[in-house]
Amino acid sequence: MKELIETIVKPLVDFPEDVQVNVLEEDHRVTYQLSVNKNDMGKVIGKQGRVANAIRTVVYAAGSSQQKKIFLEISE
Amino acid sequence: MKQVTATGQTVDEAVESALTQLNTTKERVEITIIDKGKKGIFGFFGSRPAVVKAEIKIDPIEEAKGFLKNVAEKMGALIDIEVVQEGKQVSFLLSGEKIALLIGKRGQTLNSLQYLTQLVINRFSDQYITVLLDAEDYRTRRNETLVQLAERLAQKALKSGRDVALEPMPSFERKVIHTALANNARVKTYSDGVEPHRYVVISPVK
Repeated sequence: MKELIETIVKPLVDFPEDVQVNVLEEDHRVTYQLSVNKNDMGKVIGKQGRVANAIRTVVYAAGSSQQKKIFLEISE
Repeated sequence: MKQVTATGQTVDEAVESALTQLNTTKERVEITIIDKGKKGIFGFFGSRPAVVKAEIKIDPIEEAKGFLKNVAEKMGALIDIEVVQEGKQVSFLLSGEKIALLIGKRGQTLNSLQYLTQLVINRFSDQYITVLLDAEDYRTRRNETLVQLAERLAQKALKSGRDVALEPMPSFERKVIHTALANNARVKTYSDGVEPHRYVVISPVK
């Protein structure tokens, strides 16, 4: 799942080397914390969060087969 | 390595050397001449080598295709992609076993992938390209469903004499509804709400 997020995000940004995904596992949920270069924030969020929503839709679809609920957070 | 600077006695020689270093052909690179070089007198007084910069051109379509293939693979679906280009519109036709995973509920996942692919392709393209993603003829089937839905709801609007609002849809799906009812003089259609929750309203003509 972590790899999927990196595969989606890296081609979208100017600084792919700054893309990082941290995984936070809890009892019933997994949170993926995506961090990108400050200058790339706009690119992964998009106008009215369009890009962020698209990324989430794809990630949630891939995680639907798993038991735990998946969350994706974006930060600098 | 996507870019090299090479030198040679003449421009041609420098280009030749750059191509060998990049291991590619002339059609696939963009060459900038930095210095044409100088022969000099008797070949060595004041002579200067030619310097060129060669950069591998990125094919946006190949790039987008690779992106889709990688993402699908990481999602757990091995797919084949067929590319059809018509002017500014590039269609990627996906096929494979777990294609339902890539389509999602009402094409949600497919629409998201389509948007992301469009972003990737336009990062590398000079002119703006519209991306269309289709999986196992999903769009054709969806269009038929939408046309049927439009006709059924137009009937409902006429019977009840009230406006009928559809659920939110992306612009290309709303267009299918508008087009389906364009020739129906008894109803008119318009879109209301703000993207991404914009929806079609079918209204009976009084």
